[in-house]
Amino acid sequence: MKVKSSFGPQYKEFEIGDVIFLAKEKPLKLTSGAEIKNFPLAYQTYGTLNADKSNAILICHALTGDQYAASKHPITGKDGWWSFLIGPNKTIDTEKFFVISSNIIGGCMGSFGPKEIDPETNQPYGLSFPAITISDMVKAQNLLIEHFGIQKLHAVIGGSTGGMQALSWSILYPQKVKLIIPMATSYRHSPQNVAFHEVGRQAIMADPNWCEGKYFLEKKCPEKGLAVARMTAHITYLSEVALQKKFGRELQNKNDFSFNFDPDFQVESYLHHQGYSFVQRFDANSYLYITKAVDYFDLEKDFSGKLSNAFNNLSPEIKFCLISFSDDWLFPPSEAKKLTHALAACGVNVSSITIESTAGHDSFLIESNALKNTIKGFLNNQ
Amino acid sequence: MQNTAQNFGQNIGENIGENIVRHNIRYDLEIISYLIKPKSKVLDIGCGNGELLEFLKKTKNVDGRGLEISQKSVSTSLSKGISVIQGDAERDLTYYPNNNFDYAILSQTIQATHNPKEILEEMLRIAKYAIVSLPNFAHIKNRLYLLFKGSMPVSKTLPFKWYETPNIHFCSIEDFEKLCKELNFSIENKTFLTSKHRLMSFFGYKKIANLFAEYGIFLITKNELAPTFQEEIIFDKRQSFGKNMEMGLVLSNPSSLSISAMDSSLCGNDKGE
Repeated sequence: MKVKSSFGPQYKEFEIGDVIFLAKEKPLKLTSGAEIKNFPLAYQTYGTLNADKSNAILICHALTGDQYAASKHPITGKDGWWSFLIGPNKTIDTEKFFVISSNIIGGCMGSFGPKEIDPETNQPYGLSFPAITISDMVKAQNLLIEHFGIQKLHAVIGGSTGGMQALSWSILYPQKVKLIIPMATSYRHSPQNVAFHEVGRQAIMADPNWCEGKYFLEKKCPEKGLAVARMTAHITYLSEVALQKKFGRELQNKNDFSFNFDPDFQVESYLHHQGYSFVQRFDANSYLYITKAVDYFDLEKDFSGKLSNAFNNLSPEIKFCLISFSDDWLFPPSEAKKLTHALAACGVNVSSITIESTAGHDSFLIESNALKNTIKGFLNNQ
Repeated sequence: MQNTAQNFGQNIGENIGENIVRHNIRYDLEIISYLIKPKSKVLDIGCGNGELLEFLKKTKNVDGRGLEISQKSVSTSLSKGISVIQGDAERDLTYYPNNNFDYAILSQTIQATHNPKEILEEMLRIAKYAIVSLPNFAHIKNRLYLLFKGSMPVSKTLPFKWYETPNIHFCSIEDFEKLCKELNFSIENKTFLTSKHRLMSFFGYKKIANLFAEYGIFLITKNELAPTFQEEIIFDKRQSFGKNMEMGLVLSNPSSLSISAMDSSLCGNDKGE
């Protein structure tokens, strides 16, 4: 089913693509206890599902990513965020694999999220939307996989928040997946990361246009708050070296300081641009809900303080390839290492690699031979 | 034993190194593979580009895992379908559970570790058997080098000057055996090699081995394990030789195949001095 949607400062309408309504008969119980049924999930697919349905790969997107992993974004018109990885004869070869890229619930690109219309009130959910967790996102994806009639996924691949989903797949549905590739991710969201998220949420909620979450009724948009949230978060996706290399202390279109509060430095106007373009394509309430879901993620806590307990019941066929990036300070290699050791301690078949990088956390979204070779080798030689 | 002596004579001077190219595998790695039972679970510590694990997967159908410090090598291993963890043998072995593997292999690395004793203990904590290959510092060339030149030996086998060598804990074959004794580990098999990949037999005379072998490969285990397993390994080793030959991996001169040389090194399996 194809649907249209609208949000952002101008509430412009755009085409979403494929959306499916799930849990039509049996409601899906969320971690919070709330139950949802007949909810939409948006997705894109690439390639063809083979006869025995054994060639499917699920792609899980990051925090503010979306289902357009390898196709043009309907709002920005830009190529998919993993276009360099997914496609015919590419690393994740769509001539060979059937790639499903699913939006997450809580998102704003056509899936069940706070900007969707609540059938009971005929208004967008806003803050009456239920709290969600990473597990809930994965349970919704599982319903999508069931819809395709797929018994076992060849692989689940995801970076950052998508990596958390990939890990949760192995825990929730160990019989349904062969290979897990979590990258630039961790077994939990660190206190420092929670702190950054909270700054973002407070910025949104401090914006008078937020209207206690009901901005859509007034046809307003908490642009400034959401942009500040994005700017803060964006700093954590880069690295000091990357910022130094890209901008240094260069000034933006001027030879001297302005001695007022207009942006002077290139790095400032870059962040402004990041904030501005984000507001065009993302919903503020969605940002609140999803950042919370990520903050709640903690496998150690879920398994009584012992991370390896999380992986005790894995089937012996399941294989992991953990990828971390050397200068990622949001999800540092040390956390991937702890995860690796927990998996190894359970005797799980785990591979792990730390790729040398200079682009910080965002390295998983940047084309590199090391990344492509690692994924290709792991996907194709099992 | 007479037969052994004859073969030994033939083996010396026999260059079976050619064979390495055909297998595309380092000869010491090949010998290690003879020591491994099919379908066993193997951890290769410092697995490099995964040559040994790939070879073992093909010839012995093992469930192999690697530990390797270099990113590039990990990536290469992964592209061969080998499971590898990027990590440091000195720090990361502690995370593996007890008795998780049948074999833990440390190939030509022990001399570069900070704490060889701890690594050996860790290997035999996580695996039933450990296979350790090491360069023999007491080789005659090194002894003569030190005696006549008065400086630390530099050679093909040991290509580094003293101030830049990664090899911080050199030992001799004799030293290694002493350490095993001290740790109460029993040596189930030992094989001696020269750098030209000749197998050597010393009729159990350890002192001679310690003088002429450039490399030693040891299969060790904790003393409390049943020693009968050793016989199976010898048997399996013969099988392996046979199989390899059938597979067309023929040595340059099969008639002088050094099974007996290897067996004699087994005969020389002295549990004490």
